[in-house]
Amino acid sequence: MSDGQLTRAWPDDGLTRVPYWLYQDETNYRAELRRIFEGPTWSFVCLEADLPQPGDFRTTFVGEMPVIVVRAADGAIRAFENRCAHRGALISLDDGGTAKHFQCVYHAWTYDLEGNLTGIAFEKGSNGRGGMPSSFSKGAHGPRKLRTTTLRGLVFASLCAEAPAMEDYLGPEILGRINRVLRKPIQVLGRFVQVLPNNWKLYVENVKDTYHASLLHAFFGTFRITRLTQGGGVLVSPDGGHHTSYTIDRADDRTSAAYREQGIRSERVGYRLADPRLLESVDEFGDGIQLQILTVFPGFVLQQIQNCLAVRQVLPKGPESMELHWTYFGFADDAPEMHARRLRQLNLVGPAGYVSMEDGCVGGFVRRGAAAAADEVSVVNMGGEGTESAETRATEASVRGFWKAYRRYMDQ
Amino acid sequence: MTADPSARLTRLNAEYARALDDDRLEDWPAFFTDPCLYSITSVDNHRQGLPAGLMYADSRGMLQDRVAALREANIYERQSYRHLVGLPAILGDKDGTLLAETPFLVVRIMRDGRMDLFATGRYLDHVMEDSGDFKLRERIVVCDSNRIDTLLAIPL
Repeated sequence: MSDGQLTRAWPDDGLTRVPYWLYQDETNYRAELRRIFEGPTWSFVCLEADLPQPGDFRTTFVGEMPVIVVRAADGAIRAFENRCAHRGALISLDDGGTAKHFQCVYHAWTYDLEGNLTGIAFEKGSNGRGGMPSSFSKGAHGPRKLRTTTLRGLVFASLCAEAPAMEDYLGPEILGRINRVLRKPIQVLGRFVQVLPNNWKLYVENVKDTYHASLLHAFFGTFRITRLTQGGGVLVSPDGGHHTSYTIDRADDRTSAAYREQGIRSERVGYRLADPRLLESVDEFGDGIQLQILTVFPGFVLQQIQNCLAVRQVLPKGPESMELHWTYFGFADDAPEMHARRLRQLNLVGPAGYVSMEDGCVGGFVRRGAAAAADEVSVVNMGGEGTESAETRATEASVRGFWKAYRRYMDQ
Repeated sequence: MTADPSARLTRLNAEYARALDDDRLEDWPAFFTDPCLYSITSVDNHRQGLPAGLMYADSRGMLQDRVAALREANIYERQSYRHLVGLPAILGDKDGTLLAETPFLVVRIMRDGRMDLFATGRYLDHVMEDSGDFKLRERIVVCDSNRIDTLLAIPL
């Protein structure tokens, strides 16, 4: 895979006009894998709760690089490329499990839990003949190792020595918003994969785009889970790459006619739930924030919608395809009522979510709509041209922030 | 349980599939008791005992809300399913509740004519007599794959 020569250019230095070739170009996509996913960024790889004991492992991806994430004998979490040092085959063929060591099926080369090559089948040959040269050093061969860091039960990995410490990577505001939700040991409730027919950036932009939420997702607007007329805002990290949007219910929104007056489809007057328990929520974080969506560049999402909690991992799969890996969770000390509430509220999210199923198809709508428009541009102008945090969600500042960080990593 | 529960469940499944495939979603909640349990999960989650569903309803009202959201709130391209439902295996009878497992296959047809094998799996059912009819006390839809293409709108 070559870094390649980028032959296309942005129309200008600003962040309000984004050309569509960015979602289509194969050369640019390959450069993203190198410069962003394998560059000085942190990629979410799993939860600590996925690896409770030494030897517990999961396989996943950083960009398109297959990786094994494992809790080593010393309790530390390690990550290394899921690629045998011999011929490049996958070392592990499982989604996860428990291992004492890893052995490639192809020629039985063996690795310890830290990814060190420890054994070579017939290293000394057979009957005194064959085998590896005596000069061959196992220590000098092995899959690439990734750095790992944990944050409140989240595990991130980076292939790049220059990725800053996680606290510096995120900045204090985003860090505080992660700490707000992840205060207690996590209990995984389920995992699903959603295959989306679009470039990975269209999904990341969609998550950062707080403007669309109550317009596309009628359920949000109708049930006042989030509306642009409620309290809240958008926090954008100084480098632009990470964001948090949040909504606080306000009494005056209950009588606001702003949606109705603009004829917005997403407010359905008279639409009521037959079983209102779906939206019976508890202010478990004690701050009145009923929705918080947080992204970490390049492809991690932490979501709190009422009592419905999930992390999402964005995995690129070619210029026009991606996977979204959902992990639904609660807390290990959830009382039975809270457990049942989370299971009901998980109807809101995921591939069949009342407020998220549309996000599965809008990226495809953009891909199809802009199929012949490589050199045309999309308009990202709500709230001006900057990337500053704002006390409103009628802004695309966090989308522009994404492009600010993106252009820096891509040197575009 | 009255005689021939297998035939009665086969008939229930045929009517259930017709309701979904003929876009008579409003008829779908009536196949369940109230309360009930309807959940769509994957074989991996099911094997690991992870309880979350892609859709999850523990009352007939929640099933009605799912239908209302599809009609009133959610946006998705026009699509339909063709269910092929296999023969039920009767696994037991517990306190008047029939335990059964039935395989299914669903083809999704998009508005532009594209057809895909969208889901396969099995229904794990608790079926009981309710006012003279067979009703689903519980239907856990265990999909063989944990991957969903684009979105899951219509129930399985």
